[in-house]
Amino acid sequence: MKLLVCICKTPETTAKIAFKDNDTVYDSTGVTFMLNPYDEWYALVRALELKEKSGGTVTVINIGSAEDDVMIRKALAIGADDAIRVNATPRDAYFTASQISAYAKDKNFDLIFTGKETIDYNGSLVGGMIAEILDLPFISYASHLEIDNGVAVVTRDIEGGVEISEVNLPMVCSAAKGLAEQRIPNMRGIMTSKTKPLTIIDPVEVPSLIQEVRYSLPPQKSAVHMLQADQMDELVRLLREEAKVI
Amino acid sequence: MVIVLTEQQQGRFKNASFTAITAGAKVAHELGTQCVALVIGKADDPAALGEYGASKVIHLDAPELESIDSKVYTTFISEVALREKAKLVIVSHTSTGKSLLGRLAVRLKGGFASGVSKIQVEGNKISITRSAFSGKAIENYVLSGDVGVVSLLPNATPALKDGGPCPVEKPDISMSGSSINVREVKRTDGRVPLPEANLVVSAGRGLKDPSNWGIIKSLAEVLGASTACSRPVADSGWRPHHEHVGQTGLAIRPNLYIAIGISGAIQHLAGVNNSKVIVVINKDPEAPFFKAADYGVCADLFEVVPKLTEALRKANGA
Ligand SMILES: Cc1cc2nc3c(=O)[nH]c(=O)nc-3n(C[C@H](O)[C@H](O)[C@H](O)COP(=O)(O)OP(=O)(O)OC[C@H]3O[C@@H](n4cnc5c(N)ncnc54)[C@H](O)[C@@H]3O)c2cc1C
Ligand SMILES: Nc1ncnc2c1ncn2[C@@H]1O[C@H](COP(=O)(O)O)[C@@H](O)[C@H]1O
Repeated sequence: MKLLVCICKTPETTAKIAFKDNDTVYDSTGVTFMLNPYDEWYALVRALELKEKSGGTVTVINIGSAEDDVMIRKALAIGADDAIRVNATPRDAYFTASQISAYAKDKNFDLIFTGKETIDYNGSLVGGMIAEILDLPFISYASHLEIDNGVAVVTRDIEGGVEISEVNLPMVCSAAKGLAEQRIPNMRGIMTSKTKPLTIIDPVEVPSLIQEVRYSLPPQKSAVHMLQADQMDELVRLLREEAKVI
Repeated sequence: MVIVLTEQQQGRFKNASFTAITAGAKVAHELGTQCVALVIGKADDPAALGEYGASKVIHLDAPELESIDSKVYTTFISEVALREKAKLVIVSHTSTGKSLLGRLAVRLKGGFASGVSKIQVEGNKISITRSAFSGKAIENYVLSGDVGVVSLLPNATPALKDGGPCPVEKPDISMSGSSINVREVKRTDGRVPLPEANLVVSAGRGLKDPSNWGIIKSLAEVLGASTACSRPVADSGWRPHHEHVGQTGLAIRPNLYIAIGISGAIQHLAGVNNSKVIVVINKDPEAPFFKAADYGVCADLFEVVPKLTEALRKANGA
C-alpha cells in the first residue's frame, strides 16, 4: 500500500501569540515549533501501522521552508520511509491543498492522511480540499480505521456518537484522537532518519482565495468575581440575573 | 442569494441550523437579497424555517441521502448555489459542515472561512471574524471571489424567530454515485451532544476517583447540562473520550462552563475559553483557571458541588 501523510508544524502549545507587519502575520520570533499533534500522533502512526501489517511505503509531505526540515526528520525518525517538502510558505489551506494534490495526483496513493486540524489556524480544511481537487472520497475525523481488501472501514466522530462507513480506496482521511497511539522515536529511528530521502520540490502556482488577514488579541476578561463555599444561593442568583445564562 | 444548509437528526432540525438561518437572513438583508434554506434528507416541517428568516426552502429528500457523502452533497449544494447566484453559502461548523466546507470552497472557487463567529457586510463585500490559535487570537478578513463559503459556529448568534412559514420547493435533481456506504451510526446517549450544549459541567483530576462522578452528574442533571472533562480524566478511562475538551479534544463555546477540579492548563483553556461565562471551582487559589473565570469559588469541590446542586434545586422549585 502506498500511503501519504501530510505533516506541518505548529507553535508549541504554550507559545506566546503575537503578530507583526500591522497585525497581518504571526510573529514567530523566539517561538519553538512542534509537529502538529494530529499529524504526528494519529495520522502518521496509523499509516505506519498499516504498512507494518500489509507492507508498502509511507511518504510524508510538508509545505514549508528549510526551517521545517527538523520536523520532517522527526517524522522520518518515527518511521516514515521518505519525505517531500514543497519549498514555499503556506499561504492558506487552498494553497497547501493544491500543492499536496499537485504532487500526489500521478503517484497512485491508496490513502492520503491529514490531521483533523492544525492547532494554530484550526481550519480543518486541507483534507477536504485535497479530496475535492483529486476527486476522491473524504472521511473527516477518523477515530478508527481498518483496511480489508481495498476497502476501508472507518469510524468517524460525529456529534453525540460515531458513524461507521465503508469506503473503497483510494481516499483521503483526516485523523482524530483515537486513531493510533503516539510513538516516541527510538535511537535507531533517529540514526536512520538522517539518511532517508528528503526531496525538495518547487511549488505550483495557485490563485489566492483569501484576502489579507488581520489579527487581534481577544479582549481581556474582567477580574473574576470570587465567592465563598456557603454563597451558592448567591452564585445561582448571579448566573440568573447578572450573567443571564441559566 | 445567501444559501444556508440545514442539518437534521431524525427529521428534526438542529439548533445550529436555526442559528445559521438567523445569521444568513441578516446578511441577506444587508446585501439586499434573500436567504434560501437548503434541506437535504428527511425533515419535519421545513416551511417553519421561514420563521427564522428563510424566504424559501429547497428540500431534497431521497433515502440515499441519509448518509452524508461530502462529494455527493457538494455537487448538489454547488448546483443550487450556481442556479440561485449565491453570494454566500453557510454551513454549520459541525462534523457534517466541516467535512463539506473544504470541498465546497474548491468546487465554487470561493473565499472560505471555517469556524466563523460573525459575518459582516461592508459595501458589497463580506468579511468574517473567527478565532485562531485555539482562542488566543481573533482573525478578521474579507472573503474574495464571487461567492463565499463559511462554516458558522453553532452558537454564533441566538436563533431569532420573527416571521411565518415560507414556501418549500422540491427540486428535480437526482443525486447518485455515493462512494461511501454508512454501515451504522451509534449514538452515545440521549443528552444534547457536547458541541451543541448551552450549559456544560466539566470535571478534572481534582475529582480524585471515577466513583466520585456522581456529584458532577447530579449537578449536570439539575441544570440540564451536558458533561465534559479534562484530558487526563479521559485518558485514564474515567470518562469517554468524546467528553474530553481542549486543544486535542473538542472545542466548545457554551453559554455556561462550570470547571470543577480542573487546573486550567493552557491546552485545556484552548477548548473552552470562548465560553460566554466560566465558573471555576478549585481549592487552589493559584490555579490558573481563575484568571480565565468570571465567577470563582476557592474551596473543596466535595463541599461546594453538592451545595451548588442544592441551591439550584431550590431555585428551580421556587
Ligand atoms: C500537546 C498537549 C495537548 C494537550 N491537550 C489537552 C486537552 O485537549 N485538554 C486538556 O484538558 N488537557 C490537555 N493537555 C494536558 C494539560 O496540559 C493538563 O495536564 C491537563 O489539562 C490537566 O488536567 P486537570 O486540570 O484535570 O488536572 P490537574 O492539572 O492535576 O488539576 C487538578 C486540579 O484540581 C484541583 N483540586 C484537587 N482536589 C480538589 C478538591 N478537593 N477541590 C477542588 N479542587 C481540587 C487542584 O487544585 C488542581 O488545580 C494537553 C497537554 C499537551 C502537552
Ligand atoms: N503546510 C502544510 N504542509 C503539509 N500539510 C499540511 C500543511 N498545513 C496543513 N496540513 C495538513 O492539513 C491538516 C489540516 O490543516 P488545516 O486545514 O489547516 O486545519 C493538517 O493536520 C496537516 O495534515
